[in-house]
Amino acid sequence: MAHGPKPGFTRWLYTTNHKDIGSMYLWFSFAMFLLGGCMALVIRAELFQPGLQIVQPEFFNQMTTMHGLIMVFGAVMPAFVGLANWMVPMMIGAPDMALPRMNNWSFWILPFAFAMLASTLFMEGGAPNFGWTFYAPLSTEYAPPSVTFFIFSIHIMGASSIMGAINIVATILNMRAPGMTLMKMPLFVWTWLITAYLLIAVMPVLAGVVTMMLMDIHFGTSFFSAAGGGDPVLFQHVFWFFGHPEVYIMILPAFGIVSAIIPTFARKPLFGYSSMVYATASIAFLSFIVWAHHMFTVGMPIAGELFFMYATMLIAVPTGVKVFNWVTTMFRGSMTFETPMLFSIAFVILFTLGGFSGLMLAIAPADFQYHDTYFVVAHFHYVLVPGAIFSITAGVYYWLPKWTGNMYNETMGKVHFWMAFVGLNVTFFPMHFVGLAGMPRRIPDYALQFADFNQIASVGAFLFGAAQIVFLFNVIRTVKGGKKASDEVWENPEGLEWSVPSPAPYHTFSTPPVVR
Amino acid sequence: MAMSANARTTAKMLALAVSMLGFALFIMPPLYDAFCEITGLNGKTGGRYEAVPAAVDTARKVKVQFVASNNENMPWEFKPGVVEMSVHPGEAVDTVFHAYNPTARDMIGQAIPSLVPFKAASYFHKTECFCFNQQALAAGETAELGLRFIVDPDLPPGVNTITLSYTLFDVTERFAKQANNKNTDPEREG
Repeated sequence: MAHGPKPGFTRWLYTTNHKDIGSMYLWFSFAMFLLGGCMALVIRAELFQPGLQIVQPEFFNQMTTMHGLIMVFGAVMPAFVGLANWMVPMMIGAPDMALPRMNNWSFWILPFAFAMLASTLFMEGGAPNFGWTFYAPLSTEYAPPSVTFFIFSIHIMGASSIMGAINIVATILNMRAPGMTLMKMPLFVWTWLITAYLLIAVMPVLAGVVTMMLMDIHFGTSFFSAAGGGDPVLFQHVFWFFGHPEVYIMILPAFGIVSAIIPTFARKPLFGYSSMVYATASIAFLSFIVWAHHMFTVGMPIAGELFFMYATMLIAVPTGVKVFNWVTTMFRGSMTFETPMLFSIAFVILFTLGGFSGLMLAIAPADFQYHDTYFVVAHFHYVLVPGAIFSITAGVYYWLPKWTGNMYNETMGKVHFWMAFVGLNVTFFPMHFVGLAGMPRRIPDYALQFADFNQIASVGAFLFGAAQIVFLFNVIRTVKGGKKASDEVWENPEGLEWSVPSPAPYHTFSTPPVVR
Repeated sequence: MAMSANARTTAKMLALAVSMLGFALFIMPPLYDAFCEITGLNGKTGGRYEAVPAAVDTARKVKVQFVASNNENMPWEFKPGVVEMSVHPGEAVDTVFHAYNPTARDMIGQAIPSLVPFKAASYFHKTECFCFNQQALAAGETAELGLRFIVDPDLPPGVNTITLSYTLFDVTERFAKQANNKNTDPEREG
């Protein structure tokens, strides 16, 4: 029965194997991560000094827009889907994903979506230049002609995400091994189940908002045009109704990953498993009722400002529960500091820091000062880079020996970690200061007094970029060979994925395991 | 034939996705409009008001100010006839705005109202307003644009000044496009 993968390129084209598709998702997202990273470096190079040196303002705006879009939709989201593809079936004892053919499709439409998005850079009028939040009317009446390609690429990405999410829900609900009750599932599976519901609920809203843009641009409707009786503020409401759950889509799976890693290297079971599940669910629920905190300055009645302010602050409670649980798991554990653990600890510390600046932004009256400044940029990079990126990196180091059968180079991993950790903080910490001092976001030039901090940030950005090359090199080396990993890889890790051989065979759990 | 568990889950999730798309496209915009109209959010005033006989509250005076401005690229001259007037709640008041098209081409304009304070928006009724329709002005033409309004006697106490602003948009091209699409709705909500 044991038949392996097809030889040749068609293996990747026609594959319905969750491990193949997971690997493709991960490689694709890494490629996008490098592309989006190069755009970030263009931004940081231009901001190294005040004045215009390297790029024109028009191109600078295209860089900020494309950097955001590619990182959110091309790097972070596909990386999490890739990890889910690899790990969810192995964690719940399923032979594969529930809908393997759709799985193939949901991956393979992504390269086309991003090829289309990237091709706008070469079009007349340039790529989208209205920021990744594409507020109307900037993205409708004043948009470059390439906006239509942008809209269609968002449609395709949305379709891919929805299909991926449906697949994950179906897998988790229907394919669990006998005895694997919901409350026995690893937290990564739980967080992904909830994330998948969020995706199914809000990606159609994103598709809806870009469809309305399309209609406004080409078919004479006026959803967002004041001249025709529409309202640009409606755009912001619909966009953030998608956008706020979206930020939790990018962080909930991260919670699952570090909840798997920290117990392994603290050599203690996870503290407060069920409270983690309930906290995740509460965060997901709250994410639907806080969207307007992105638009405090748009002109809301005081009751609205107060509601969204308090609802936003409420999210700190379940998040605090999680941070408490991770810290308590580590407390008096026999901790060792392998690369995945280093990234996870950095995640806990730096994500909490990003959460705190989020609380500052949640204070409606103070937000009028912070709105659209580099303080906001510092905040969301502190939650996304050490949040999403570090957790994905930690997950890759943690499971890479299981995927490839080889141990990665620990020294190189530690070099990667420290370069990334120092680079990240040097890049983003000064942004808090320039933001509070009033430097607006999305500008290619700035007042002289911001020069020093911007120079420091630019140096950090290039260090962070260089760290990723170390990562790439380490991963390729591990795929090609290296010290053989044992089946368990780590010391008594918890989870079904460690009960299969390393490397994980092409087909696992063809007969369901027994879960007690 | 009974559906498999996977097919059932997929169907449910697809239904959720499709209904969320419908929610975004067909429910959120009208919901937002209704919400704004009820709360007066964004200073949105209601559509045409059918005057109901009501006692004029001569004991109370409310200052009404008029502001006219052009959206960018709109070349018309556009200004209120009187900048400020004092009215009694309940009485119907007439005023005019002046518009002049100084260009050498025929154009269509559309005035979009906004009113502050927001909480007064639902107490400011317009029985006749040029903003209910598009305004077509030939090259060099001048027009007097009429407005008849009633300030509701239930206007919350404490509101002593109402500022009504009109922004004039150039909709010549949009109107041409709509005429081609045959979905024109000349009687707009203003």
